[in-house]
Amino acid sequence: MASSVLGSTAGEPVVDIADVMQKMAEHKGCGTSSEGGKASCGSSAGPADMPPEIWEKVKNHPCYSEEAHHHYARMHVAVAPACNIQCNYCNRKYDCANESRPGVVSERLSPEQAARKVLAVASTIPQMTVLGIAGPGDPLANPRKTFETFRLISEVAPDIKLCLSTNGLALPDWVDEIAKYKVDHVTITINMVDPEVGQHIYPWVFWNHQRVEGIEASRILMERQLKGLEMLTERGILAKINSVMIPGVNDMHLVEVNKAVKARGAFLHNIMPLISAPEHGTVFGLNGQRGPSAQELKALQDACEGDMNMMRHCRQCRADAVGLLGEDRSAEFTTDKIMAMDVQYDAEGRKAYQEAVEAERQAKVAAKADEIAGLDAVGEISVLVAVATKGHGVINEHFGHAKEFQVYELSAKGAKFVGHRRVDLYCQGGFGEEDALDTITRAINDCHAVFVAKIGGCPRADLEKAGIEPVDRFAHEYIEASAIAWFKDYLANVASGAIVHVERGDAAIRQGAYSGGALLAG
Amino acid sequence: MPYKIVAGQCTNCSACEAECPNEAISEQGTTFVIDPAKCTECIGHYDTPQCVAICPVDHTCVIDTALPRYQGAPA
Ligand code: SF4
Ligand code: SF4
Ligand code: SF4
Repeated sequence: MASSVLGSTAGEPVVDIADVMQKMAEHKGCGTSSEGGKASCGSSAGPADMPPEIWEKVKNHPCYSEEAHHHYARMHVAVAPACNIQCNYCNRKYDCANESRPGVVSERLSPEQAARKVLAVASTIPQMTVLGIAGPGDPLANPRKTFETFRLISEVAPDIKLCLSTNGLALPDWVDEIAKYKVDHVTITINMVDPEVGQHIYPWVFWNHQRVEGIEASRILMERQLKGLEMLTERGILAKINSVMIPGVNDMHLVEVNKAVKARGAFLHNIMPLISAPEHGTVFGLNGQRGPSAQELKALQDACEGDMNMMRHCRQCRADAVGLLGEDRSAEFTTDKIMAMDVQYDAEGRKAYQEAVEAERQAKVAAKADEIAGLDAVGEISVLVAVATKGHGVINEHFGHAKEFQVYELSAKGAKFVGHRRVDLYCQGGFGEEDALDTITRAINDCHAVFVAKIGGCPRADLEKAGIEPVDRFAHEYIEASAIAWFKDYLANVASGAIVHVERGDAAIRQGAYSGGALLAG
Repeated sequence: MPYKIVAGQCTNCSACEAECPNEAISEQGTTFVIDPAKCTECIGHYDTPQCVAICPVDHTCVIDTALPRYQGAPA
């Protein structure tokens, strides 16, 4: 595929790369995109404000680079079911494919099956550049299976990046092994740096052949996590920190966590909302511990941002997810299917695709630079807008088909990606239309407008009634350039008195993990 | 002899398998089971039975009361 196919300038409808890829990989595309300075989601930072060697490591990594996560895919294989600690937000007793909460997978693989699956997927989906092992337990509580999987894959497909996600308890023991397999991305879930806080999150850890409970458990865990992080940093292995925001337990404390991990060289800090409902059977689910609202989550992320990269595009995916963040194609790659597949590893095709993506990314950056000029006069006003997209940084999803909305903050600084909101399927869900629409309205209630490729008459009227402007005039155009163009109109209308600027309320975070996305706890 | 796994509660997580000092635990179909002939209640190895300590579901690795307690290695 020639990269010229993808060229496009601001304002013109974008060449539908999704279409091209559809033929190439039967790939549906997903969506988040926004790049720009560190003021944006941090990891969306481009080469300008990041050391070149780090940019090289993250630019194709969907979990780390908010820009890349639009174009590249990752997959997880579930080879590591055992865990060495207990978290109050995890219950590994039930395996439920519907709710796909963190720590749950439907299929366990041997290292050999996992390697085969990875090659099958990489040959079918050229943008698959990252393989992660993230559970369903802790990869480092299953070291033999984890490293055997890495070994098998690195022999056949050395271009695939390897990463793993751990609770950190066993990390210091395995850092050298991690370095040996050139695993250059490690995620540690750190929810506290104070055992007083930790005792309300971790009932026990398994340490030195004993179950250690109470405050001592968290003291051990915290020391091991921070030591592991320091050891990774010493060896130049990128470390991302995940934290689960648990209101009333560690929410304020996460600012301290942010400082502690920053000081030890963590490259990215991802704060995720607690997922908690009684039917999950977790301690937090059963004792009524609530998760944060969208506004609470954003406020904390903002407080932690500073000069640290914050990751806002995490979707708390399942451990066996396959695909771009926000979509899950695992059903196409069940063990039976991959064992029957004739797998040919197509290194050439993969390279061609990845070159095409580079060109597309450049075009997008150029489009945004044009629009941002002239925004300096904005003043204090900032608004949120929601975007329906299937991927590639373009507004290309029908309102009724959107499974999630990307949320951008518009201000004098331009358009900044600040998160995504999951919604029930409005067209296909088994609910009445009114309920589904209500769900969407609640999920994006803090937004002034919603950008879509298309929208029907009824939802349009209802959205307007809820004070959210449906915008379809930028169908198939770049998200950020369009959002900024709309924002300029909005500001002009406010200035002329045609409309009055009002703040909007909070929004609800939907409970239940998304079945596709970045890494959660080990 | 003494410990057994309550099949209905086992999550199949395999954590106990790696911790048993006697390789008494293995996967059998949809659950993990303890070979009573190999289990020593961890006596002589650890202070606490390892399977009990690591199992994420309480009361899943339990004493099998149908069998006599471990009596130490046969002479
Ligand atoms: S570390 Fe992961 S698998 Fe282990 S208990 Fe916590 S969330 Fe569950
Ligand atoms: S009690 Fe000890 S010896 Fe017996 S099965 Fe459990 S871990 Fe193995
Ligand atoms: S640790 Fe418990 S849940 Fe896991 S396999 Fe062993 S008995 Fe089953």
